Amino acid sequence: MSKSLLLVSRHAPCSGSTPRELLDIALAGGAFDLPISLLFLDDGVFQLFTPNFAALEQKNLSANLQALPMFGVEQLYVAERCLRDRGLDSTKAQPAVQCLDDAAISALYASHDLVITL
Amino acid sequence: MQFAIAVFSAPEQASNRRALRFAEAVLAEGHAISRLFFYQAGVHSASSQQVTAQDELDLPRAWHEFVTQHQLDAVVCIAAALRRGQLNQAEAERYNRDGYSVQTPWELSGLGQLHDAAQSADRLICFGGP
Repeated sequence: MSKSLLLVSRHAPCSGSTPRELLDIALAGGAFDLPISLLFLDDGVFQLFTPNFAALEQKNLSANLQALPMFGVEQLYVAERCLRDRGLDSTKAQPAVQCLDDAAISALYASHDLVITL
Repeated sequence: MQFAIAVFSAPEQASNRRALRFAEAVLAEGHAISRLFFYQAGVHSASSQQVTAQDELDLPRAWHEFVTQHQLDAVVCIAAALRRGQLNQAEAERYNRDGYSVQTPWELSGLGQLHDAAQSADRLICFGGP
């Protein structure tokens, strides 16, 4: 049986190539049918609120995020505390993600075999 | 125990040096390294063109010697490497670039190699950040 992988995305969409390179790991793993979960933490939560990529002169990250389910990556989570600290509303997140409190995040880490944080 | 080691930081970051020292310790303790995988700015570890001041630790050279000496499987993510100007001869020819900086023992390959290593090793250890 395949090992489960938790990917933790901690960087803002305007921070450079890191958010995209984290998603590339998710998409590559999804193509191999690996069990992958994705957690948005810290400034990574801003990725869920479709920033103005054109103004940042960056390729749009949203297309990659929307592609996740097509690659079998459907377990998407966000840290409730990180949203609250930044005044963000989880119901407006795109794509839809499951909101987790601190205890649930601990459980999420514990339930996966592998963790990669970028 | 079989270790897969992923390096995400550039040679000028302390975490890159820690990754090398950890990898050395893994072998010194009698364990094995199934693969080293270099991603993000970690791809610069494979550069033969980085020039380090004489009184500083030359990490690309140290990595090269370590990988060569122990005949390790050392994979550099090809997409991350191209984006950062670390090409081998084949990629330099493909994209019409004048020079190249990645040679043996380094292999340019895809992210599937990271997943493959993580799945098959007993432990995946990642080095990133400062």
